[in-house]
Amino acid sequence: MDETRPVKIKVRGLSKVFGKQPQKAIELRNQGMKRPEILEKTGQTLGLSNISFDVYEGELLVIMGLSGSGKSTLIRCLNRLIETTEGEIIIDGENIPTLKEKALLECRRRHFSMVFQNFALFPHRTVHQNAEFGLEIRGVEKAERHKIAHDALKQVGLEGWEDAYPNQLSGGMQQRVGLARALANDATVLLMDEAFSALDPLIRKDMQEELLQLQSKMQKTTVFITHDLDEALNIGDRIVLLKDGEVVQIGTPEEILTKPADDYVRRFIQGVDRARILTAESAMRPLRSTARESDGPRTALHRMRDHAIDSIYVVDRNRRLLGLLEADAASRAIEEGADSIIPYLTQDFRKVPMDEPLHNLFAMFSEKSFPIAVIDQQEQLLGVVVKGAVLDELARAGEQ
Amino acid sequence: MEIPRIPLGDWIESGLTWLTSEFSMVTRGISRFTQTGIDILNDGLFWLPEWALLGLIALLCWRLGGVRLAIGAIAGLALIWNLGLWEPMIETLTLVVFATLVAVVIALPVGIAAALSNRLYRVIMPLLDFMQTMPAFVYLIPAIPFFGIGSVSAIFATVIFSMPPAIRFTTLGIRQVPVELIEAADAYGATRSQKLFKVQLPLSLPTVMAGINQTIMLALSMVVIAAMIGADGLGSEVWRAIQRLRPGDGFEAGIAVVILAMLLDRLTQSLRKTRK
Repeated sequence: MDETRPVKIKVRGLSKVFGKQPQKAIELRNQGMKRPEILEKTGQTLGLSNISFDVYEGELLVIMGLSGSGKSTLIRCLNRLIETTEGEIIIDGENIPTLKEKALLECRRRHFSMVFQNFALFPHRTVHQNAEFGLEIRGVEKAERHKIAHDALKQVGLEGWEDAYPNQLSGGMQQRVGLARALANDATVLLMDEAFSALDPLIRKDMQEELLQLQSKMQKTTVFITHDLDEALNIGDRIVLLKDGEVVQIGTPEEILTKPADDYVRRFIQGVDRARILTAESAMRPLRSTARESDGPRTALHRMRDHAIDSIYVVDRNRRLLGLLEADAASRAIEEGADSIIPYLTQDFRKVPMDEPLHNLFAMFSEKSFPIAVIDQQEQLLGVVVKGAVLDELARAGEQ
Repeated sequence: MEIPRIPLGDWIESGLTWLTSEFSMVTRGISRFTQTGIDILNDGLFWLPEWALLGLIALLCWRLGGVRLAIGAIAGLALIWNLGLWEPMIETLTLVVFATLVAVVIALPVGIAAALSNRLYRVIMPLLDFMQTMPAFVYLIPAIPFFGIGSVSAIFATVIFSMPPAIRFTTLGIRQVPVELIEAADAYGATRSQKLFKVQLPLSLPTVMAGINQTIMLALSMVVIAAMIGADGLGSEVWRAIQRLRPGDGFEAGIAVVILAMLLDRLTQSLRKTRK
């Protein structure tokens, strides 16, 4: 990834030991022992061990791991709901683990909003009063916080529910209130702790989409915890994979899928594949338009313009794939007064059979941006696969 | 070999004597304050004619608990009036109200403190067990050297006897607030007092009210017993009936106590429900 992006949170060598003699556990860890041995020897649980990563400004970073991987501990260390044992967490030049109580409160107010797995709404407060909680705590004046909370509720589609109480809302709506409470607060970082895990799958998918939309509008630095790989692949700009309190891999969804760091990650991804055997066919889309071999360059160019594409696949009468015509080449053909487009075709594109595994397609995209042609045994053109569709398909696979 | 008897009683007595002599200023102050409070409350309630007070209470019952409670209140109070027990009933009510107020004023901060500090919790809980399980009569004895015979001693014994549930329920209510809500408040940077007043106390209110209800009930039972050290009210009617072996009078006064108890109980319970 682009390493020059500004870093919002820098985590270095972060460890957390649960127990009364953390230093003992850290010593053993430094001697190379792992969590189970340390637990057996000292009775201390090594929750997190030597975690380092960056959260870039404006990105949505997913921290993913199974239960016991330490992901919930990690997110709570970020705003120090849990005290760390060693390591640094630096946000805008402040090292969170060493802040004094007052500075910590100030830091939490300025930098962190949090959305919780089980919503954690205040049952004695109305939806509106819940949404303005963070502002109230910060001492924002009443009229102003009223307006901000109202806007936040509108943003998550809860206009008109201001005076309801949380227990009158469905789970999905309750989490929208949780999200509104976080958005209204306008802190610089949004922490989401398994925010959608308690919702049923359809609503979860909707919420993911909405989060992505909000994210594209606001570009808020977000740390999102999940145990669900599909969710991670779907929404994450980058993913930090945790296992037993250690980082296994950090990378974009594509990097995780194409270059798994070790067997653990590989097994993890296989879970995605097994859910449905993913092939080129599943991500294939019908062609919006093709050109025929008999078409002249003007007709072909016209079709491209009509469909707002800058290259078009050319087929013969039996829909056999002949080649790809780029808009540049078509223009050239017109200039040169050619009648046929056949001499101007290029073969510099990828074609795959329908049963090509989806993973293999990633590598092909990095070369050229043309859609990949999907053909059958007779070389007939069936459809194309575009880059975004591959990820979508992978993400969707696990949900069924 | 004979093991000497431990003179526990002697120690307690000399301790109490020391307390009485050293803190006579304090006890006298408390005594004066309490007596004045009781007098004012009593005078106020006696100043109102019976029917007016009955109407006021019925109105209160109607607003808080509904028509049925109001009708019950009118019927019950009218019976007490008819039996000629109005005056002792008011005296008892005064003692209960005053003792409950004092108990709650002490119990709330103590309960909150015990909820927030584990160390205090470990100290206070056995103390409460002691206060609650010690036979109620025993409190009457030291009350007399402290405050003399009469209503003030009754209040003292009643406060000690009835306070534990208010403390316990307050502590319980605050400790019962879900951890995730505390986390949410912390995550948004709430200070301790913001957390207490915006999250912990409002959420524990129903439980706290249940504790206050218990306190009122215990206070009522104690105030009756306190007739033995000269407290006025329905208890002294019962006490007199015992001494003269008049079961009829005893039951009349007893029924008046029951009516008062039910009324206070339903009222505080409806208060709890409407608050929710």
